[in-house]
Amino acid sequence: MSILKTEELTYTYSVGTPFEKTAVDHVSLEINEGEMIGVMGHTGSGKSTLIQHFNGLLRPTSGRVLLDGRDIWEDKDKLRDVRFQVGLVFQYPEYQIFEETVFRDIAFGPKNMGLDEAEIKRRVLETANDIGLSEELLERSPFDLSGGQKRRVAIAGVMAMEPKVLILDEPTAGLDPAGRDKILSHIRAYHERTKNTILIVSHSMEDIATFADRILVMNNAKLFCFDETKKVFARADEISQIGLDVPQITRVFMELKKRGIAQDKEVYTVGYAKELLLKMLGRREGS
Amino acid sequence: MLKDVTIGQFFPGNSIIHRLDPRFKIVITLIFIVMLFMGSRFACLAIGALYTFLAIMLSGIPFKMFLKSVKPLLPFLIITALINLFLVGTGDVLWSWRFLKITTGGVNLSVFMLARIVLLIMGSSLLTYTTSPITLTDAIERLLSPLKKLRFPVHELAMMMSIALRFIPTLIEETDKIISAQKARGAEIDSGSFTTRAKNLVSILVPLFVSSFRRADELATAMECRCYNGGEGRTRLRQLRSARKDYIALAVTVFFLAGVIAADKLLPF
Amino acid sequence: MSNIIEIRDLHFSYDTESEKPAEVLKGIDLDIAEGEFVAVLGHNGSGKSTLAKHINAILIPTSGKVLVDGIDTADEGRLFELRQRAGMVFQNPDNQIVSSIVEEDVAFGLENLGVQYEEMRQRVDDALRAVNMYEYRLHSPSQLSGGQKQRVAIAGIIAMRPKCIILDEPTAMLDPQGRKEVLAAVHMLNREHGITIILITHYMDEAAQCGRVVVMDKGRVVLDDKPERVFSQVDTLKKIRLDVPQVTELAWELKKAGCDISPEIISEEECVEALVRLLGVRS
Repeated sequence: MSILKTEELTYTYSVGTPFEKTAVDHVSLEINEGEMIGVMGHTGSGKSTLIQHFNGLLRPTSGRVLLDGRDIWEDKDKLRDVRFQVGLVFQYPEYQIFEETVFRDIAFGPKNMGLDEAEIKRRVLETANDIGLSEELLERSPFDLSGGQKRRVAIAGVMAMEPKVLILDEPTAGLDPAGRDKILSHIRAYHERTKNTILIVSHSMEDIATFADRILVMNNAKLFCFDETKKVFARADEISQIGLDVPQITRVFMELKKRGIAQDKEVYTVGYAKELLLKMLGRREGS
Repeated sequence: MLKDVTIGQFFPGNSIIHRLDPRFKIVITLIFIVMLFMGSRFACLAIGALYTFLAIMLSGIPFKMFLKSVKPLLPFLIITALINLFLVGTGDVLWSWRFLKITTGGVNLSVFMLARIVLLIMGSSLLTYTTSPITLTDAIERLLSPLKKLRFPVHELAMMMSIALRFIPTLIEETDKIISAQKARGAEIDSGSFTTRAKNLVSILVPLFVSSFRRADELATAMECRCYNGGEGRTRLRQLRSARKDYIALAVTVFFLAGVIAADKLLPF
Repeated sequence: MSNIIEIRDLHFSYDTESEKPAEVLKGIDLDIAEGEFVAVLGHNGSGKSTLAKHINAILIPTSGKVLVDGIDTADEGRLFELRQRAGMVFQNPDNQIVSSIVEEDVAFGLENLGVQYEEMRQRVDDALRAVNMYEYRLHSPSQLSGGQKQRVAIAGIIAMRPKCIILDEPTAMLDPQGRKEVLAAVHMLNREHGITIILITHYMDEAAQCGRVVVMDKGRVVLDDKPERVFSQVDTLKKIRLDVPQVTELAWELKKAGCDISPEIISEEECVEALVRLLGVRS
């Protein structure tokens, strides 16, 4: 069942000035309940503008955004509820932290929802657990934590609103490999528990390959493609043509296919590549 | 929304006014202000107006921009005009009602003052319209440099000013981002009761301060790494060179000033 | 070739008011020759940035010595001389640009050093051309992309004609396009101008393109070799939570499964060739 849907969504900046620019151009798409979606596109492709429409931070110039079948701009008073149902985590979200303790910062969103103390506490504890923040950290000042921990506090602050759709804009930007893996695995844990829809914007197709059911690619304000992960990787050559990074291993197999050696080209994990090669070598792993 | 705010209101261009040495432009603007206040006759004001309109024409900036510069001060102008109109009691009485009366002296003075202030605003806007804030800062630093001997921190103030100018767009963008992020967490910024809005303001100001301190700290390190050691012995890439045109502009301005003084002394009206 | 950087038994602890000071660097010995391109790889907290800050005297050793082009970093009298020879580029492109006009920012260091106008103009223009930013010289930094800002910062350093540039995670905040631009500029400076480059990073693909990779963990140097030899130590790298290029990992996994393939592979071309050879032999 679709939870989020756009119909001919168009957004134009600075209408009527010399700086007029269409950032999102007639985009129609449908996102299903419980999906994990990877969002790609280079800077200026329109992906950031697109996701800010999903929770009503931006209003379409034309077209509609439907949440659960209802136009989110139908009733402006309900817009705040839309923001609770579609949680948006911005890039470098640690900059939004302001409370004295980790607990209170994570509780900011749920408090704004008007929940009672007990419910707020439950949500804070559960999301802190999902995101890997131990209980003794909750009473500390968020400003004393490490960069990676701060990032997780900020993400937990949005998760605790238990939005039906959670959107994360480059949640791993600037982190080292260990920090990146940690955040991605915690997001996966949250998805396991809540089964909520998640969209993750990332520049790394390698990362996206590890979690996404479907991949949405934006290019020049238009929807370039939106398909199952495997099918998107099968178009790896087109994707690298529009200036996006394709995993190294995929590029190797594209080259092997070009030389007529391998058949598959939608190879994107080392594990799969290894199995494939061993099969080609007529052997089994471990024998 | 915040992105639309313009600061400094600089209109880039290549007119003769744009190309004048900014130090001369500041001095000329000061002389212009003196010029407006020297005469007390309409003829003097007419000369000042002629000077202003000539300069505006030479700058190539649309006249409506100068009207715009007056707009924010309109309430102040109206109040000043009304005070003059009602409080000056010289000349013939034109109209009266109970204790209020309007005299020819009052009308004259209020029109005179209004015209004077409007010219003053338009003329000084010309300085900021044709000179970028950073150039202006630089020119002020150089004009004030004799004060260094009196241990007045001219260089430091100018450096602070130029860093502020450099970071204004960055901080505006950052504020925009923080507002969006807190809105996404349900913070009511533009609606809700006064107390919730005040509380939500904290959620914007704290991150903004934290990030500004971090930026300041990193910038200071970066400046040190590039051998910054105060104003002592510094040279500049930006060369301010005065040319013939600057002296001509100055001479023309002084000529107009002399005209105003002469008119004030010699003309009968 | 002579060494531009000599680090001897460098220890460093931050002054903390609490019980015992935390030692961040625990005895580092490192020589870097003039003209080398060295990547320093390590996760956050490995001490790699602290090490970088010692090279141009933002930090001074608690014990041990750091010599840059023969200058002891602890010698305060030669601080400006040192910083002119070893320039530093930081992670956040915004927080190191001082002026609202690109060319004036590039000139900032030269202005501080009191370089005369004609010379300064020449050096600023050369530096901007070297990083391909000359046409943007009159722009405001706020109009530039992250990669462009970072190239302006690099221009500001090379205008000071340094022998060595230390880049502290210069690409961490950039998008893939910006990363490519910055790396291309840095490689060009090394190749064509012979400037020694020390690139602090946690991106293994950036390290793979360097001449030498130093891996740090817990305040010590754990590996120091050519990139293909460093990355073939897949076990060690995974233990200290660092990435390995996918092609290296594949070769290593295949070798573990008994295939005849060298794990010293770091580029796609090498991997393709090795796989062709491997499959060719077997089929």
